[in-house]
Amino acid sequence: MGVIRGFFRSLSTTLKLMTYNKAGFIGFLATCFILIVCLIGPFFIPLDSKTKLDQIYQPPSAEHWFGTDHQGRDIFSQIVHGGKDVIYVAVVAAFLSTAIAVTFGTMTAFVGGKIDGAIMGFTDIFLTIPQFPLLAVLAAFITLDNLTYLGIFLGLLGWAALLRAVRAQALSLKERDFVEAARALDLGTLHIVFRELVPNMMTYIVISFTLALTAAVYTQVGLVLLGLVPVSSSNWGVMISMAWTQGAIFFRDAMWRIMMPILAIALFQLSVITMTRSLELAFNPRLRTMV
Amino acid sequence: MAPIIELRNLTKRFGKGKETVTAVDAVSFAVEPGETVCLVGESGCGKSTTGRMVAGLLEPSAGEVLFEGKSISKLDSVAFRRYRQSVQIIHQDPYSSLNPTQTIRAILTAPLLRHNKVKKRADAEGRALELLEVVDLTPARDIIDKYPHQLSGGQRQRVAVARALTVDPKFIVADEAVSMVDVSIRVSILTMLARLKQEFDVTFLFITHDLALAKYFAWEGRITVMYLGRVVEDGPTQRLITDPRHPYTQALLSAVPEADPALAQHKRQIELRGAEIPSLLALPAGCTFHPRCPYFVPGQCDVAAPPLEPLVEGGRVACPVRKLEHISLLV
Amino acid sequence: MAQNQLDWKTEDKPTGKPPLSLDNVHVGYATRRGKVQAVRGVTVDLRAGESLALIGESGSGKSTLGLAIVRLLPETAQVSPGVITYRRDEREVDVLRLTPNEMREFRWSDCAMVFQAALNAFNPVLTVWNQTFDTAKAHGWHDKQAVLARLVELLQFVQLDPKRVIDAYPHELSGGMRQRVLLALSLLLNPQVLILDEPTTALDIITQRTIIKLLRQLKEDQHFTMIFISHDLAIAAELADRVATMYAGRIVELGTSDDIFYRPRHPYTLGLIRAVPTVSGGFEQLFSIPGSPPDLINLPSGCKFHERCSFATDRCIQEEPELETVGLNHAAACWNWRAVAEELKLNPLHRGALNVLDPSIILAEAA
Repeated sequence: MGVIRGFFRSLSTTLKLMTYNKAGFIGFLATCFILIVCLIGPFFIPLDSKTKLDQIYQPPSAEHWFGTDHQGRDIFSQIVHGGKDVIYVAVVAAFLSTAIAVTFGTMTAFVGGKIDGAIMGFTDIFLTIPQFPLLAVLAAFITLDNLTYLGIFLGLLGWAALLRAVRAQALSLKERDFVEAARALDLGTLHIVFRELVPNMMTYIVISFTLALTAAVYTQVGLVLLGLVPVSSSNWGVMISMAWTQGAIFFRDAMWRIMMPILAIALFQLSVITMTRSLELAFNPRLRTMV
Repeated sequence: MAPIIELRNLTKRFGKGKETVTAVDAVSFAVEPGETVCLVGESGCGKSTTGRMVAGLLEPSAGEVLFEGKSISKLDSVAFRRYRQSVQIIHQDPYSSLNPTQTIRAILTAPLLRHNKVKKRADAEGRALELLEVVDLTPARDIIDKYPHQLSGGQRQRVAVARALTVDPKFIVADEAVSMVDVSIRVSILTMLARLKQEFDVTFLFITHDLALAKYFAWEGRITVMYLGRVVEDGPTQRLITDPRHPYTQALLSAVPEADPALAQHKRQIELRGAEIPSLLALPAGCTFHPRCPYFVPGQCDVAAPPLEPLVEGGRVACPVRKLEHISLLV
Repeated sequence: MAQNQLDWKTEDKPTGKPPLSLDNVHVGYATRRGKVQAVRGVTVDLRAGESLALIGESGSGKSTLGLAIVRLLPETAQVSPGVITYRRDEREVDVLRLTPNEMREFRWSDCAMVFQAALNAFNPVLTVWNQTFDTAKAHGWHDKQAVLARLVELLQFVQLDPKRVIDAYPHELSGGMRQRVLLALSLLLNPQVLILDEPTTALDIITQRTIIKLLRQLKEDQHFTMIFISHDLAIAAELADRVATMYAGRIVELGTSDDIFYRPRHPYTLGLIRAVPTVSGGFEQLFSIPGSPPDLINLPSGCKFHERCSFATDRCIQEEPELETVGLNHAAACWNWRAVAEELKLNPLHRGALNVLDPSIILAEAA
């Protein structure tokens, strides 16, 4: 019971701290809004998949808030449905790369020596691999139609830069007196990494996570645009891709079709990144006890 | 009975090739159980580096540290763990010696649980409260739930001491442990440390640049003076303070500002030749103090590094030229 | 008005008016938690040619006061109420009402502040010469040759080799050298008053001695008027004519160096002196002051020191004492200062020094 109460108290503290930065809080609210629309919206707003040839490329109106596409289908509903896949894959990817980067980055920074050399060597090699061509090649062998696999895939490819950054942070933290004291007290590597170093890097980790998220969104969209992933259901990347291949940029009436998914993606990225300003505040232990 | 800690030719070099800095150069001394020894010197003299090597936090480049007669680099893993717990360190900066994301409870219970210092998990908190009382942080219940930033510098240092005590150490290296604490609180922390010495049989190596504090804390003990990585003089505090023999010790004692106007006016002013402290990258030949020494003898002091020679009155001094000369520090 | 309370703004030297007068100066900061009262009514004159030491620990307000005089406090600070009067030759101005341009003039050519020699007291990308000439130009002095000559003269005064230092960057100089450069720079435009904030803290002992010698020269040979701000009693003992101890934003005792060190009348001053060891004076038992400084947002009632004071009585909890005369040119803000005097009759200070010095120097008459 106490644990649950503690959880809610820390949640309310976090929320309160996030209000301290206006821009960040707006970003947070926007992110929440988009998440709600994309994850819950599809249950309430049906996807318009009926072809209505008499309503091709309609501009926004009361009936079709974002207009219609080349088959007369409502763009708004497509946008609402188009987010969840993109977000899901991005979250899986970001989670995986951050977990790998944090665990191995801090551990290698703390342990040092030959192990550090080996891990950094491996990371550097990884960093030199050009992601897109690799993905293109892999796409030829593996059909990336399962969203989770796609997420895992992106996560396994995206950890390298993050690991370097996390390691650099951990290296500077390692010199702090309380870490040295933990060594003198013989508290063990695992304890030092996960109880001493990582909690002091939370802000950094959370921000790395959000940046990984945004990177994963772009990579996904890129993959779709290049035709490297099978075009399955409607998602923002697919919408852009289809609009592009069907020459939507050449027709003014078709503008909505290509603009809306681009705007949706841009808005999501912007909200997430702006939110990080508040997240920095939320994890500061000094501020947490003053609220 | 063997000294609890002994340093034999302990050396530490940093850097490579031309950029090698010898921070600690063949330092040897011993600390008997129950003794209080102060290691003093100005910045760059190697005292902190020496302290960290004694605590096993830094590998020596040469020489050895002996704990209870055995070299720590040759201990098997069980004996090494015992040594690790027996020798603890207290850092200078109260603002970085405690993990800011942990409560005092977490900070103190972690080592207690890790090393099975309590029979049941539930006892860990009780023991933590006990230790807080030992370091005069009362009421302990008020302190244990706080985060480090909610405590003052002096309180944080006491928590650091309590943390060191969780593993029942026999030897504590206090590295400038009160330098960053308010003046009016320093004494109470030193008094607390002195009490620990009595109650828990802990031996101290107190590292400081503040000679007045060293004199007070180690009045019944010894002071070792370091300059540019070497020991230049050591001995019983009462002898060293009133009858220093090494020119550097004399210069140091005469340079200390005194919190007493009459003493300040009557101190002997010792002029040193040249004002520059040599860089550790380019140490002078022979006695490293010779470029600044008022008693420099060309042909002798700049040729060979003088060894530490024992004094009848207690301790050792590394200066054949001035070894037997007394000067008074007050005029 | 309490008995024996004198107006401390009267000065008794016939040699003209004091260059700097602080009159009921208050400094507060607004923070989320409330208003921080950093300085709560400081009134003191700085006499011509004298060295005044402001001694206090963290939270005493001493550094804030120093910064208030040169108006280098952050935007969130409010310096009011209060008047800071500066006088030179026939001019007399209220520093707090000067315009930004006038302030810039004031800051280097009338009253220079020497900060602790941390690296961030310097612009890291400018050499010493560049910084000097920039400062000179900013004050309308464009004559390169003259500025260079003056810089060389000042560097020699602080015992630095001009050739080595003029073209050096701050990070190439040691802490002691940087402090001396800061001191030299502060004298560039011939200020009347110097304010030094922790001039010897964080320096090695032998380097501290060099700085103290220089400051003593400035004081004795050049008769500079100086304010030392420090937590280090020793620097007050070495250099100050008068000492003011500060606690929780106020001056709690003001007197000559001998008064403060041998005849203190405020329990805090007594506590400080009893907490600080000397090297040459034999062994003395030291005592800490229990407790810790008060929260400057929620100050206790009455005397702000009462919670830590062994002389505290009921009156101390209710009424905050003002400075009252306790001796010739000696004032303390304590209802029980006579009890402190009694205590000292029984347990004089600096017993250890009696072993080595003539007792009459130390055991002077109590008021």
